[in-house]
Amino acid sequence: MRFEQVFQYFLAGLTEGAIFAIVAIGFNIIYNTTGIINFAQGEFLVLGGMIAVSLSAFLPLALAVALAVAATIVVGALVDLLFIRWLASPSVLRLVVITIGISILLREGMLHLWDEKVRALRPFTGSEISSVRILGARISPQALWALGISAVIVVALSLFFRLTLIGRAMRATAANRTAARLCGINTRWMVTLSFMLSAGIGALAGCAISPLTQTQYDMGASLAIKGFTVAILGGLGNSMAAVAAGLALGLVEVFSVSLLPLAYKDAVSLTVLLIILFFRPSGLFGRAEVQRLKEF
Amino acid sequence: MKKIVAKAVLILALVLMAALPLAAQKGSIKIGAVLAVTGPASNLGAPEAKTLEMLVAEANSSGGIAGRKVELVLKDTGASPEKALSFARQLIEEEKVLAIIGPSTSGESMKIKDVCEEGRTILLSCAAAEAIVNPVAKWVFKTPQNDAFATRWIYQYLKDKGLTRIGVVASNTGFGNAGKAQLEKYAPQFGIEILIAEVYDKEATDLTGVLTKLKAKDVQAVVNWSIEPAQSLVAKNIRQLGMDAPLLQSHGFGNIKYAEAAGQAAEGIIFPCGRLLVADTLPAGHPQKALLQKYKKQYEAKYNEDVSTFGGHAYDAFIILAEAVRRAGSAEPEKVRSAIENLKGFAGTAGIFNFSPTDHNGLDMSSFEMLTVKNGKFTLLKP
Repeated sequence: MRFEQVFQYFLAGLTEGAIFAIVAIGFNIIYNTTGIINFAQGEFLVLGGMIAVSLSAFLPLALAVALAVAATIVVGALVDLLFIRWLASPSVLRLVVITIGISILLREGMLHLWDEKVRALRPFTGSEISSVRILGARISPQALWALGISAVIVVALSLFFRLTLIGRAMRATAANRTAARLCGINTRWMVTLSFMLSAGIGALAGCAISPLTQTQYDMGASLAIKGFTVAILGGLGNSMAAVAAGLALGLVEVFSVSLLPLAYKDAVSLTVLLIILFFRPSGLFGRAEVQRLKEF
Repeated sequence: MKKIVAKAVLILALVLMAALPLAAQKGSIKIGAVLAVTGPASNLGAPEAKTLEMLVAEANSSGGIAGRKVELVLKDTGASPEKALSFARQLIEEEKVLAIIGPSTSGESMKIKDVCEEGRTILLSCAAAEAIVNPVAKWVFKTPQNDAFATRWIYQYLKDKGLTRIGVVASNTGFGNAGKAQLEKYAPQFGIEILIAEVYDKEATDLTGVLTKLKAKDVQAVVNWSIEPAQSLVAKNIRQLGMDAPLLQSHGFGNIKYAEAAGQAAEGIIFPCGRLLVADTLPAGHPQKALLQKYKKQYEAKYNEDVSTFGGHAYDAFIILAEAVRRAGSAEPEKVRSAIENLKGFAGTAGIFNFSPTDHNGLDMSSFEMLTVKNGKFTLLKP
């Protein structure tokens, strides 16, 4: 194959990987603070996209996205306040089932607020046919936006969790909730904050990928599965690893398409996933000692 | 006191018993509808459901069909063949409907074909695969044009333009797979060479990978066979990859929502379709024109959205059934069934229907026109 063709496959893989990566980031925040996987994360993405599409009909795009993120943050806070906070000391399994129930609730709510039709947000720059030329191959500018936004979010999150007081308080809550409370950290608000942060990032991700994937009220479940898989592949709790794993998986899938019929794509990616998890159960970048300390 | 109550109950029971036979005499017609109102085929099922509700309300407000009230029992399958099967069984065995309109997709229709045949219930499918009526089953009919016709229209166009080396992508549904089979079957006849044919997931979020494969083969045209929103992704991804090859779609593209979702990438897409979408440009006196304009006006006024050919298939199913009941003079299943089989020269939204015992679709190649997307709207393709 000519270099151009190989590079084109590479760019196609990055496009697909960007979608995986940006979805996976949100899982890690709630996991880091509470130790649970929020299966309603997919719905946050769809909600952000839907609100932005409705608002962008009469507002400039940037404002529509900002308001969509804000609205989803409020929804995230409500989810925690109404369903999670009053649970005394719930087991991980119980919380997981509750988040699945929340995802169904949000999905049906979206069906009633909007309808079953597919929508797509305007591309951030250019139009649906814009195409950037890199070394003889082409990629959509929206994919570059998704990659760029993922990078910015991951860097900002790392700085937040490592350097700011609130970020460190959230990590403390995850490590040992009782000890954190003894230190004077209001753990309940840390959990709420983690839901808000996760919802906001999910909404931003949903807006970034909506021009690429189109948005429909019931897309949340399949997006969540993709994101969750990639988050595990990278190592739960590590956002940068999730992005790397997402890009890697996207590349694996697209290069498998170049050799085999498209119908085998999912089989290939799942096989690769299983092989990796066999040899490195805590994910590509996860650390076994850290994994042992966590319940999930 | 007890005696008075007992007498009152007895009188009430007698009155009800007398009323029941009266109710059973001029029975209402029960029609079942199994449609994909939500889910990946919602651009088909939702307009179909709305059209049926509109028509049933209209019929009932003007005395019903042949003096009988119409009762519609609508079920939403979400395009799941399993749900379609279970709803079909429910409608046939519990609700005892005269006919079932739908399902919206070919996969679901193939799944319930046998159940309707065994249950001696008329099935008027709104799905396009030729396999639904070939081999012919006594009780199974369909209203959309065959995918075989669409294939031949597309290939004739490609042959005329000298675009003989093509790539085919289809969604992994009954409709997509049936379409791909038709494309492969007719290719040699028109001198078309399919360089690559791939099937994509109907809920795909990105198709750049498989389209890169088509780009690498230097195809002269791309044929996309799908009814899901993912078909708009093909349009977008092709242009984002910098491919200039023209894109041809199946008649599964007949809802303006697909063109809107693809935005600028929809410009220049070519596809064969029924005349509903270009009703206003038809010459006066065309046998379908009055009907098409009436449906368009009614639907758009009531629901504030553009008509689609899919809603038209449900429209045809209902008016065919209504006409058959009128001609049979009864709502007895076998009589209505054979009345449908003998309908000739009947104008519907998809074309002029000519049913027969061996042709349960009733349409032919002339039911199509070649359409294209210009400035975000559907227009006739100028040769």
